Amino acid sequence: MSAAPELADRPVRVALIGAPNAGKTTLFNALTGSSAKVGNYPGVTVERREGALRHGERDVRVLDLPGTYSIVGETPDEQIVEKVLAGRLAGEAELDGIVAVVDATTLRRGLGLVRELLARGVPTALVLTMIDEVRARGGKLEPAKLSALLGIPVLGVVGHRGVGMDPLYRILPEPWRWSKPVDLPPAPDAAARFAWVDEVCRKVGAEALEPDTRTDRIDRVLLHPLAGVAVFGLVMLLLFQSIFSWAVPAMDAIDGGVGELARLSRALLPAGWLTDLWTDGVLAGVGSVLVFLPQIVILFTFIHLLNDLGYMARAAFVVDRVMGWVGLQGRSFVPLLSCYACAVPGIMATRTISSPRERLATILVAPFMTCSARLPVYTLLIAAFVPAATHFGVVGQQGLVLFGLYLLGAATAFTSAALLGSTLLKGTPSVFYMELPPYRWPTARLLARQVWHSARAFLKRAGTMILATSIVLWGLLSFPRAAPDPARSPAQEARANLEASAAARLGHAIEPAIAPLGFDWKIGVGLIASLAAREVIVATLAQTYAVESKNDFNGLRDALRADVDPRTGRHVFSLPVALALMVFFVFALQCTSTIVVMARETGSWRWPALAFGYMLTLAWTASFLTYRIASAFG
Amino acid sequence: MAEAIPLLALAVGRTARIAEPLPGTEIPRRLADLGFVPGTELSIVRRAPFGDPLELEIRGYRLCLRAEQVESLRVLP
Repeated sequence: MSAAPELADRPVRVALIGAPNAGKTTLFNALTGSSAKVGNYPGVTVERREGALRHGERDVRVLDLPGTYSIVGETPDEQIVEKVLAGRLAGEAELDGIVAVVDATTLRRGLGLVRELLARGVPTALVLTMIDEVRARGGKLEPAKLSALLGIPVLGVVGHRGVGMDPLYRILPEPWRWSKPVDLPPAPDAAARFAWVDEVCRKVGAEALEPDTRTDRIDRVLLHPLAGVAVFGLVMLLLFQSIFSWAVPAMDAIDGGVGELARLSRALLPAGWLTDLWTDGVLAGVGSVLVFLPQIVILFTFIHLLNDLGYMARAAFVVDRVMGWVGLQGRSFVPLLSCYACAVPGIMATRTISSPRERLATILVAPFMTCSARLPVYTLLIAAFVPAATHFGVVGQQGLVLFGLYLLGAATAFTSAALLGSTLLKGTPSVFYMELPPYRWPTARLLARQVWHSARAFLKRAGTMILATSIVLWGLLSFPRAAPDPARSPAQEARANLEASAAARLGHAIEPAIAPLGFDWKIGVGLIASLAAREVIVATLAQTYAVESKNDFNGLRDALRADVDPRTGRHVFSLPVALALMVFFVFALQCTSTIVVMARETGSWRWPALAFGYMLTLAWTASFLTYRIASAFG
Repeated sequence: MAEAIPLLALAVGRTARIAEPLPGTEIPRRLADLGFVPGTELSIVRRAPFGDPLELEIRGYRLCLRAEQVESLRVLP
């Protein structure tokens, strides 16, 4: 065992290890306060959390290991735990001590993991969380008695209230002084381990606790075959409604604020490309990052609130079978539902899926769900080219097309999930464990902190990248410029500049590839511009057609209808072209923000590259078929 | 002594003991790590509204697992 002196000038390193839901993270937060640094272990998507605390003379670094039921296994989480404990993870210094965190109400399971840890020879202490719950449910667990039996320090705490933390602060800085475990008989397998656990529990008097009757009563309603499904539907409807419409005022305010700032800048600064860079590049880019925040904050408030209440696990329990049909899990439901608003918060929400295979599958199909940025594109094209006929007296043709587009997206997402699960992701480990935690009232402070963490993670990890790409796209759309001509109106000037830009050249360059879909180079430019955000194609088309204001919906609609190709003398846009373009938007991953978030969440550019590729292939093929079939029907 | 039956055949709410696995088979390691070892008492608390997963009670705690994960388990009612 390491002695104290060599430690004098380096921090003490301690790791928290325990099962999911053992209260490990609550304990970690209570110990380290706001000092936590969140990152990733190199090369994997496993989150690495480390915090620091100072006690007396010493700095203590606390590492919060991923939740695990065992210290051997095949999921990335389990492998990280195994390697860190063995001191075999590159860049991770050896541990001075291990703090096993066990939920006191599940001692007869949790001690199995402790038994594995004791065999490793590293100083170990045991923290029993939720010790108040044991007493409330008629148990009489004495940490001191358990400590005498095991030999190691055992402390009881109530992490979220900070009860019992002082003794832990006292012992944490000096693991080498912790008492050593008693001599234990070898336990070659799980049966032997749990036979030992049962014996310890008998000696310490940790009998079965009275059931948590309140949780039982609530569950009888919330998990009832009929009432349970109804409640699930209502909660999801509320969540959907909130991200879809409650976020709109805040998003409009951000849009308006950024627009106002741009106008002000234009009024104050001399005209020129530097001013354009500031207003159309930087300000618009910052706006395109900030505009995600309302949805992210609302969605994560909901998710953390439901999670802290204990309902998230129940929702997953209710819907698991349905999601299982396409190779996903109950926990995939909320992220996919969120994608109807926007895939960015949706993909971030997949963190709640602990199984690697289902998490990746959910991320990869998330962009197929019809996000709200597609809606302006659909609305414009449907209004312009789908006749407003009514069938059977009530079913509007335009609404029917819109509904069909939504359905097509969802159907593709589920089909792809099933295909991915049985092909590409076949070797990725899949685990399913779920506990239905007792219902608890969440605390506002914890909730606020969790939401803040999610928002900050988005701004830090994805925001900068999204800002950079939107500036690059602005550059492509703005340079080189046309020679100024005072005879032209501002709208004509804007069109001339766009036609001279690198993006227009790219549009011409890709024209042969998109001509089979019925698209000309102007749509090509729109497709390139829409990489910044799908709805941008509407503004770009407005610029291409020199419509005076991008808010002039009817003007743009009429311009699209009237446009004639000078070479062929035929209309550029027609119903088949509009349908093909909308189908293209159903499938294509036309969104750099989604690509960036996908890369951040999967820890590599391989997955977004793959998703972009297969979604583009699918988009092209489906558009081509749509165009041909619709043209044939004339 | 009662015959061992598949866990999935056990009625909801009834308690049984995990039986020794059939010769040539073993209890999956992931389940064993959770304390699913022969002789341990367990019961099915409820099934999800659509029939799967199951909520099980074992060793004084509750855990949800899919039916396919526990279909190899045999119990003595």
